[in-house]
Amino acid sequence: MTIPQPAQLSGQPTARSGRIEIRGLTKQFAGADIYRNFNLELREGEFISIFGPNGCGKSTFINLISGIVPMDAGTVLYDGKTIEKTRLSYVFQNYRDALFPWMRAIGNIQYPLKILGMNKVSRLRRVEELLAEFDIRIDLNRYPYELSGGQQQTVSILRALITDPEVLFLDEPFSALDYEMTLFMRERIQDVFLKRRNTIIFVSHDLEEAVQLANRVLLLTRRPTRIAEFVPVEIPWPRGSKSLSSPEFVAVKSHCLEVFSREVARNSSNRSNVGT
Amino acid sequence: MVQLSVTRAAKDGEQASETARATSSMPLDLPPDTLPPPRSSQLRRVAQVAIGPVVLLLLWYVAGELGLLNPRLIPPPGATLTETWKALTEGTMFYDLVQTLNRVLVAFAIAAALGVPIGIVIGANERIYRSIEFIIDFFRSTPATAMFPLFMLIFGLGDQGKIALAAFSALLIIVFNVAYGVLNARKTRILAARSMGAGRARIFADVIFLETLPQTFVGLRAGISLALVVIVVAEMFIGGMDGLGHRIADDQMSYNIKDMYGSLLLSGALGYSLNYAFLLIEKYFVHWAGR
Repeated sequence: MTIPQPAQLSGQPTARSGRIEIRGLTKQFAGADIYRNFNLELREGEFISIFGPNGCGKSTFINLISGIVPMDAGTVLYDGKTIEKTRLSYVFQNYRDALFPWMRAIGNIQYPLKILGMNKVSRLRRVEELLAEFDIRIDLNRYPYELSGGQQQTVSILRALITDPEVLFLDEPFSALDYEMTLFMRERIQDVFLKRRNTIIFVSHDLEEAVQLANRVLLLTRRPTRIAEFVPVEIPWPRGSKSLSSPEFVAVKSHCLEVFSREVARNSSNRSNVGT
Repeated sequence: MVQLSVTRAAKDGEQASETARATSSMPLDLPPDTLPPPRSSQLRRVAQVAIGPVVLLLLWYVAGELGLLNPRLIPPPGATLTETWKALTEGTMFYDLVQTLNRVLVAFAIAAALGVPIGIVIGANERIYRSIEFIIDFFRSTPATAMFPLFMLIFGLGDQGKIALAAFSALLIIVFNVAYGVLNARKTRILAARSMGAGRARIFADVIFLETLPQTFVGLRAGISLALVVIVVAEMFIGGMDGLGHRIADDQMSYNIKDMYGSLLLSGALGYSLNYAFLLIEKYFVHWAGR
């Protein structure tokens, strides 16, 4: 991993035109195929939502392509670079388990920079810049357990952004928050995307937020997982809570729901066939 | 405590008002549930805690007065406590207490210094853990007292033998708890650190060690309690001229019954204080536990 220069962080967002190529992705759990020779090509700089039936391996997918879980076979290249050579960040579903409770919020946010070997002064400057950029008003001298759920997940997201990652993985990041906080956090993550144009790969179990935030929604089948459909979402940004009732949004969402229901139905009929 | 110092400050005037400001601003930095409770409920808590011992002393006294107790076996509380106070301030009881405490602390220090790193290494390698789990469990279940003769043979009758045995017993408990903590550490934080590019050594120092700290403290607390037990018993039976265990055995043989009760009370107070001290240390260092 290389240390990004501060200029790159505070200056204009760098144009990203590369491709993310996933070739022959294969993974088994307990003898069952989750992914078998799965191929996908994504454009960098896009916001991709992943949605699919329960247990189809949505989270496994981003765990595999982010290198958190090793794959059995396959290659993933980010703009031609391997996982190890790409700056990736990951936001976990359970912020309580992912933040370091022994560090104050500010320590958590700058920890990735510490790993990269950056000195303390530069680390603090980077945090300052980040806070100013997103207008965050959280008392960062508190410990994570002293913050609300939304604040904790905000700290997680800031921790992921501090390295200015090329790709940001979000694994159901709002599922532990109440609806009001979820709406607020959706706007916040949009704000991140519109300012930074990092590639964001977002796993969700909520179709509404999957459609609201994405350039494209990747709909998956039951396992062994295949692509059911890759649905483009052409709704103008920014997409506030008002756009949730716009006709375009409703159209895209109901189309996705149709595909989703078809996939769920197809497999349950398969299963009942096996049963009889 | 904060409130007490505020009232005192108010009386002392000028310079004190600064203290008042400093102390009154202090709770703002603390999470709400660590704020000191109102004074009246604090007093009530102290009273509640005191009721048990006071009633016990009262029963002891009344039973003695009524002639229900054989004074040769259970002397009255007043005389016992006076005798103990005298032995502490004028006699050698305080010296015995210090000797025992020293041995416990040395044994515990050895056990902790070896046990925590060993526990981490064992816990981090599941295969090593599985292969020595039985050995640790076996020796942990073996009564420490049964190993007196062996340790006397190896380390002699002096302090070394007592300390070695206490350290060995505490070591097993500490290793077991630390290894268990590492083995069951939540994986998300480790994954998080790994996803940031942290290497193995850094993950150990920055994540696993701290993640395991609550369980480590469970082991340390159990370890120091066991070290005290082993040291006191060793002082009774393995040669030596001092320590609370030696004093209690001596009192029994010379029929110095009041001194024996005093030494017993003191041993209890020592064990209680060690445990309590560890709880305080734990609360300070592992402030996040259970949250």
